[in-house]
Amino acid sequence: MVIACGALAREILDIRDRNGWHHLALTCLPAQLHNRPERIPAAVEAAVMAARPHHGRIVIAYGDCGTGGQLEALCDRLGVTMIDAPHCYAFFEGSARFAAHDDEITAFYLTDFLVRQFDAFVWEPLGLDRHAELRDMYFGHYTKLVHLAQTDDPALDAQARECAARLGLAHERRGTGYGDLPRWLERA
Amino acid sequence: MNDEDDDLILADLPDDELVQQMFDDLYDGLRDEIEEAVHILLDRGWEPYNILTEALVGGMTIVGKDFRDGILFVPEVLLAANAMKGGMAILKPLLAETGAPRVGKMVIGTVKGDIHDIGKNLVSMMMEGAGFEVVDIGINNAVEKYLDALESEKPDILGMSALLTTTMPYMKVVIDTMAEKGIRDDYIVLVGGAPLNEEFGRAIGADAYCRDAAVAVETAKTFMARRHNSMATAV
Repeated sequence: MVIACGALAREILDIRDRNGWHHLALTCLPAQLHNRPERIPAAVEAAVMAARPHHGRIVIAYGDCGTGGQLEALCDRLGVTMIDAPHCYAFFEGSARFAAHDDEITAFYLTDFLVRQFDAFVWEPLGLDRHAELRDMYFGHYTKLVHLAQTDDPALDAQARECAARLGLAHERRGTGYGDLPRWLERA
Repeated sequence: MNDEDDDLILADLPDDELVQQMFDDLYDGLRDEIEEAVHILLDRGWEPYNILTEALVGGMTIVGKDFRDGILFVPEVLLAANAMKGGMAILKPLLAETGAPRVGKMVIGTVKGDIHDIGKNLVSMMMEGAGFEVVDIGINNAVEKYLDALESEKPDILGMSALLTTTMPYMKVVIDTMAEKGIRDDYIVLVGGAPLNEEFGRAIGADAYCRDAAVAVETAKTFMARRHNSMATAV
């Protein structure tokens, strides 16, 4: 049983189907939790408790995701495995490769999911639909938007370029595929 | 705000109602209205320090509480801060002239590898509003930059901010380096940022973790009072 962030649902289902892992059950928590990361551990705990009576092995498809180690502490306490990475940008690109970009502090990352859901997860929660003048308070120190692309999709690439333009940032596409995620799922 | 409020003439309001209206206007992020109200109070002979503390800081405290309670969100807080900034820009030169009380001095900066400064800027503004002198050393600060600022500015407080779980451990590098140099206890070290918590603050050897700008101000005031008390006892 995989308890995952909703932002990974499409990717996990695709990996499952490609590999014929039909035994793999998936339940997802709302991706909006990323806007209040302090609420992620409690939501994961509730999902684990609900799944325990029905599933022998449970794994958590989350990185630290801004919980400041709280999710890791919870997983240790519950005896479940989570992804050993700070966030999905890292494990999609490959944690080692991502960590090598430590000079890339002015990059704003989007995965395919976030490109698709840009308005719902970036533009509107930051209030930019109502107050465009706030843009530079949020993004003034950023220089580029890096689209970590899980799939080859020209329409999505065009959308990512548009996101970059709206934020006033340069655009860079970096094809990652699913990175470390398939191997982690296989081991889990 | 409804249509009736649009017709409100700020200059017609008595002082107490004008201050209440400023609370509302700060809450709604109305910078022009705040600037106008500050000028009106100055024209009526209000001390700049009183405008700052009673009207602006008072209003922002309400904003801070509602943010903490999940009633307001970051965009609204930023708009309110922007409105307060407008008022402060008018008051700051006057405060310098009138010799407003100074509670203490703080050096503040975002740690190395981190470019996020919204929280830091809010803390800076609220600390200034509370009577602290703030030296903001900006973003992406290596330990040397913090140490240089401590040396040159001789503050009472060092504030460090981080938004990323990957950058927050750098705060420990700064504190450990201060300890190695034997200067750790010369300063009150306050830390803050979204992924931090009290346990982290304790683990890295900070004096306190501050979960938001209002808490930072209260914590800083408490530590300054303790410091004054212990100095008085020593004398």
